[in-house]
Amino acid sequence: MKYNNTPVAKSERISRMVDYLYSKMPEIEADRAILITESYKQTEGEPVITRRAKAFAHIMDNLPITLRPEELIAGSATKSPRGCQVFPEYSFDWLEKEFDTVEHREADPFYIAEDTKKKLHEVYKYWPGKTTSELATSYMAPETLLAIEHNIFTAGNYYYNGVGHVTVKYDEVLAIGYRGIIEKAKAELAKCNVGDGDYAKRSHFLEAVIMSCEAVIRYARRYAQLALDEAEKCTDPVRKQELLMMAKNCVNVPEKGATSFWEACQTVWFIQMILQIESSGHSISPGRFDQYMYPYYEKDIKEGVITREFAQELMDNFWIKLNDLNKVRDAASAEGFAGYGLFQNLIAGGQNSEGIDVTNDLSFMCLEATLHVRLPQPSLSVRIWNGTPDDFLLKAAEVTREGMGVPAYYNDEVIIPSLVNRGIPIEEAREYNIIGCVEPQKAGKTEGWHDAAFFNMCRILELVFSNGMSKGVQIGPKTGDILQMKTFEEVFEAYKIQMEYMISLLVNADNAIDMAHMERAPLPFESCMVDDCIARGKSLQEGGAVYNFTGPQGFGIANVADSLMVIKKLVFEEKKITMAELKKALEDNFGKGIAPEVAQEVTTQVVKELMAKGEKVSEEQIAQIFVTALNGNVTEAQKKRYDEMLALIEEVPKYGNDIEDIDMFAREVAYTYTKPLEKYTNPRGGIFQAGLYPVSANVPLGKQTGATPDGRLARTPIADGVGPMSGRDTKGPTATANSVARLDHFIASNGTLFNQKFHPSALKGQSGLLTFAALVRGYFDKKGMHAQYNVVSRETLLDAQKNPEKYKTLVVRVAGYSALFTTLSRSLQDDIINRTEQGF
Amino acid sequence: MEDYGKVTGRIFDIQRYSIHDGPGIRTIVFLKGCVLRCRWCCNPESQEYKIQTMTVAGKEKVIGRDVTVDEVMLEIVKDNQYYRRSGGGVTLSGGESLCQPEFAAALLRACKDNGLHTAIESTACAPFETIEKILPYLDLYLMDIKHVDSAKHKEFTGKSNELILENAMKLGKAAKELIIRVPVIPTFNNTEREIRAIANFASKIPNVKELHLLPYHRLGQDKYEGLGREYTLKNIEPMTDEYMQTLLKAASESGLKCQIGG
Repeated sequence: MKYNNTPVAKSERISRMVDYLYSKMPEIEADRAILITESYKQTEGEPVITRRAKAFAHIMDNLPITLRPEELIAGSATKSPRGCQVFPEYSFDWLEKEFDTVEHREADPFYIAEDTKKKLHEVYKYWPGKTTSELATSYMAPETLLAIEHNIFTAGNYYYNGVGHVTVKYDEVLAIGYRGIIEKAKAELAKCNVGDGDYAKRSHFLEAVIMSCEAVIRYARRYAQLALDEAEKCTDPVRKQELLMMAKNCVNVPEKGATSFWEACQTVWFIQMILQIESSGHSISPGRFDQYMYPYYEKDIKEGVITREFAQELMDNFWIKLNDLNKVRDAASAEGFAGYGLFQNLIAGGQNSEGIDVTNDLSFMCLEATLHVRLPQPSLSVRIWNGTPDDFLLKAAEVTREGMGVPAYYNDEVIIPSLVNRGIPIEEAREYNIIGCVEPQKAGKTEGWHDAAFFNMCRILELVFSNGMSKGVQIGPKTGDILQMKTFEEVFEAYKIQMEYMISLLVNADNAIDMAHMERAPLPFESCMVDDCIARGKSLQEGGAVYNFTGPQGFGIANVADSLMVIKKLVFEEKKITMAELKKALEDNFGKGIAPEVAQEVTTQVVKELMAKGEKVSEEQIAQIFVTALNGNVTEAQKKRYDEMLALIEEVPKYGNDIEDIDMFAREVAYTYTKPLEKYTNPRGGIFQAGLYPVSANVPLGKQTGATPDGRLARTPIADGVGPMSGRDTKGPTATANSVARLDHFIASNGTLFNQKFHPSALKGQSGLLTFAALVRGYFDKKGMHAQYNVVSRETLLDAQKNPEKYKTLVVRVAGYSALFTTLSRSLQDDIINRTEQGF
Repeated sequence: MEDYGKVTGRIFDIQRYSIHDGPGIRTIVFLKGCVLRCRWCCNPESQEYKIQTMTVAGKEKVIGRDVTVDEVMLEIVKDNQYYRRSGGGVTLSGGESLCQPEFAAALLRACKDNGLHTAIESTACAPFETIEKILPYLDLYLMDIKHVDSAKHKEFTGKSNELILENAMKLGKAAKELIIRVPVIPTFNNTEREIRAIANFASKIPNVKELHLLPYHRLGQDKYEGLGREYTLKNIEPMTDEYMQTLLKAASESGLKCQIGG
């Protein structure tokens, strides 16, 4: 395909709009919570799908609407910029508990007015016993709840929120509008016979779809009226004309199909925003914007309706609006998804269903829009394959050089076969896009549940050392006293047994939550835009999608692989450290001291163990145990030995240095997670598929993890993504990339995540761009799946920590998404600073 | 066919993803031993042929190991994809590779057998017959010319420059491609006059089209301490970018295509 890739200059209004958006701290608003509660009170006893549709319509008809200054695309979910609505139907008690801290917390603070607190208190009175989260808990097995309590994994994302993680059929709504979808639903309804076994369910679902689509059409009309009202008041003739056009657009779309690029932008925005009013799920991803928007762009350009400049301005506007959406999470989750991210992944480039490269003008303009607005959203991605034009890869490299951590690079050559392996036909696999951070899927046909849990593989290793005990409780199987194990194979076997057991509990947790969403929060609006919900007459949550998956992510491969290698080499082969010494060293955190809260946990564990043996423990003894735990009771001689041990551990070759044996072992370790998962099915009729990435949870979940045999100290971050542990890869970026490419990325079809950090000098000049592009191509030749790059110097980041006011717009890559650096918690900032920097 | 894969040599480092020493993404093999003793040398551990220990970050580290060509190739081929994608390859550096001519020639030959682009960073301070041994396997000669004044050259590097300049002229005809590189060192050669003189000389070498000015940096300073040696350039400061631009302008008067950095 031929394309015009001449960059278009940035319109003046863009910077002003960005400044307005970030002028104050985001605010929590109560309107949606009040409206849904009002509606729910009136619909008790009706079918849940009907209640959802009626509540949705009530929200669409009454949610306050507003136009932001100078914008060309209408629609805001909140009155205040970057504000957020609240979703009590999923969970609420955490927010009520955090009312007074949410404004001052380190990760993602939100302002909440006293009046809002009062209103929400009132609303919350209705919800106890009615949330998805409570139902999910009741479905979980006791041992599952125990495993969650002991931080083996967290299923927090969908446990407390909507699911999101979907790309709907933007193209279909663009083509036929919601009126067209209503017609489709009516046609299906006409086929329903009252005598059919599933008549009640089907007909209620289809009626809910119709009700929801009508509500969206009315909502757009409210904006049309608002734009007219403002146009009337407007004295600036240019702006007046814009407002009149916006009013006209909101009358036409999304009711009918779009007839212009401007209308198309308005349509996609309404879909994108309203999905995030219906449910609190994040990672609602616009997907292949450059593909489904291209026909409208091409036609308008050809007919002279718009200029490329105006098309770019509309896209820049759309980009800004994606940053206007926001979500408040509980304090713990906020650390795991730090940076106010909504992970709206938009991807450019790649192939069509026939395997032909379809990089076009808009693919380049997507990259340009990110250069113009310089904001974290959308999570911009590019598809790269052997047929990708160099122009496009180089343009992407140019954006990477700006240091915002975007775009992320995805390898068609790995992802397409990995999806085919999951039963998706090649034509559809070729049209994949990315959800959220790194999760590939076929748009408009998939309910992927892509972010189903974080599974901490390091905690499994701890269970091997403790024979399945955690804080004095038997939470895992008894795999034997590690001190009695005679071979490395015994240790690895114990690891696999603990792993398989905990995976089964993880599955139980996810399926319990899945059931809860199915029963309490089916989403008629979202479902009407994913095949084959309308034809099957059931929602996505009930298994209406063509492809159903559950994708929980495991993380800590580098630490577990390095740790097991240390045990194999130093304990069993070279016998330089005894297992008893190692076990003690881990308990003593290698003599580096432990935090009081950990000492407390240790004390509890010791006391429980003593009591289990039938011993009586006095208060004084407990105090003594605590002091011992805190100070480690480590003698100078022991400390010296621990330092020796750390030196020995350092000498053991580590994952990330292109050493085949070590990397192949890491591959085995990854299999202990990815392979057992595939056996399991979910209530929607799909299978489990593993992802290998922690988002930013490697930091907070690292805080819940003791020292590991690879020399990682207690409570420090775990390795991020599938990359090596920070600072342990010392052979340069190609060596690291080769190691990572040795993992089996095909089987981790829920996505893998590989961060690299470069000093800006590495991408300097045209030759810097060319070598960088070659690095991406080379890594992809080796069958890496995904890579993302932070190009910012250590000095800059340290300075930004010191002088945050100077760096308000510094965007960095976190993990599968970018965020404003200064909005991240201190520990996450440190983690990013400490990632190995490839400097030259 | 002789088995040149078994030829041994002494190296002290292999550095991957080097992007400033020849085109594209390259692996640099650092050979141990050098005939010069440049005071600014940022790899002082390269100068002696004998295996040494150096203190690095408080720890004793052995510098130098004997390896066969085959062993080095195992490391080099790991980045084949990246060389092909970037038009890169392998660069021999040091030390001075010409101090181990059989090994250097065998290693370059093995690289060519693997279809890789080859380069050498060298002072060319060796009998020309020695240099000729490696030329059949060499795509790019990155040659240092540090000064045209022989006395000053001797003072700062330990050797006069006659042989070097003579070889430069011969290399212009014999090498497939020759680029001249000038380490720019304050107190030694960083006046406009001196840089201009070097560039003028370079412009007279047959077939030379490019000249690179490599600004002095201090990255090697700690190593002198680690080797228990004195760093005699302690008192000089790296030059500003603006000043380098002035020198670049002076060099460009020669008509050569000049740039700062490799």
